[in-house]
Amino acid sequence: MRRTRVEVDKKKCVWCGGCVATCPFDALTLRETVLEVDERCTGCGICVRFCPMGALGEEA
Amino acid sequence: MRYDVVVVGAGPAGSSAAREAALKGTKVLLLEKRQEIGSPVRCAEGVGKAGLEKCEIKPDPKWIACEMKGAKLHSPNDAVVELSESLAGNEVGYVLERKIFDRELAAMAAEAGAEITVKSMVTGLIKKDGKIKGIRVLSNGEEIGIETDLVIAADGVESKVARWAGIDTSLKLKDMESCAQYLMAGVECEPDYTHFYIGSCYSPGGYVWVFPKGGTKANVGIGVLGSRIPKGSPGFAKRLLDQFIEKHSHYAKGKRLELIGGGVPVTSPLERSVADNLMVVGDAARHTDPATGGGIINGIRGGRLAGKVGAEAVEEQNFSQVFLSKYERAWKEAFGDSLERSLLVKDVLINLDDPSFDGIADSLAGYGFEELGLLGIIDALQEKHPELLEVFESI
Repeated sequence: MRRTRVEVDKKKCVWCGGCVATCPFDALTLRETVLEVDERCTGCGICVRFCPMGALGEEA
Repeated sequence: MRYDVVVVGAGPAGSSAAREAALKGTKVLLLEKRQEIGSPVRCAEGVGKAGLEKCEIKPDPKWIACEMKGAKLHSPNDAVVELSESLAGNEVGYVLERKIFDRELAAMAAEAGAEITVKSMVTGLIKKDGKIKGIRVLSNGEEIGIETDLVIAADGVESKVARWAGIDTSLKLKDMESCAQYLMAGVECEPDYTHFYIGSCYSPGGYVWVFPKGGTKANVGIGVLGSRIPKGSPGFAKRLLDQFIEKHSHYAKGKRLELIGGGVPVTSPLERSVADNLMVVGDAARHTDPATGGGIINGIRGGRLAGKVGAEAVEEQNFSQVFLSKYERAWKEAFGDSLERSLLVKDVLINLDDPSFDGIADSLAGYGFEELGLLGIIDALQEKHPELLEVFESI
């Protein structure tokens, strides 16, 4: 089974951190101006839908 | 390094907690992960006058951008309802300069004796036999351990600290607003009225706001309920906001000075806001008002209560969940009821369709600015649209 991880578009992210709260797997971490996605990401897409800026997408 | 209390996050809740604990003579460290306290802003910057009073904060022109006379509510067909200051002022009486306000609150914590560090991100809890004994911090690139018996988690909507302590702070899409906001200059708007555009044609499950910030500046923003965002529409909130601005020429002529985003919890507060050696405050504890999305006042009030209880815990050397639940009882007494009421209001509002909003606006539109109190609203509805009153009966 192929697992798709979420990818952050750094050109669009404004580091608001909203997505971090929506992640049921605690896979997102907002550092100062870096949003990190770790190996716990299941590609469920909840954060992608939430992001007000369209800065999150599923990896191809 | 050892502190009596470590506060994670220097927003209004964290700074207030740090100040309160420091005033009682405890050794407090306030940590902020960003390089600058107060920036970037993630807020529409409105506060109520009565709310500020409850926080015992004296309004200071240094951090007030604008004082409001009232609010104007716009229905989907753009009928406008004016709310008098006594009604509207409870929600938005001042529009703040959060960048300055947040720094002022942090400065007050410093003056009370709290230690403060910026560019210091908490990366984990130090536990011994399952108990919190300290925190790990990445401070200016250096990993350090700080011993403490009491952590106050004021780390905002993206809260990690509580999760590490076993309190699930994650939020479902239906419990969160996806927000985007521009600070604009050159817009045409009355300088002393906030504007709210309510109805799903503006924002499904949320609203658009325009909060004047002095001169021709204004915060123009949107919150969309997460569960109402269609699948496969990346950047929905920002796109709706752009469309709104484009459609309103008096805003469209403005220039965008700043773009910010945010996630606002619009649900019940955390069921458990304390654990052994831990208290959770502010947005991290979901103390935002679910009807308006406002979080500053409850953040400060909860923060102060946590700071006080924290100082008592240090004095008694008792950091158990049982002792710290004093904080939980205190915030419930202070604003628990109001959060519950607002949740009911939100549940009604997000389920009203656009014709109902138009009906309400139509009922109220003819009434004068001063006479429109809560009872006035009910009378007006009774007269013109009695069917809509039923909707409110559940509240």
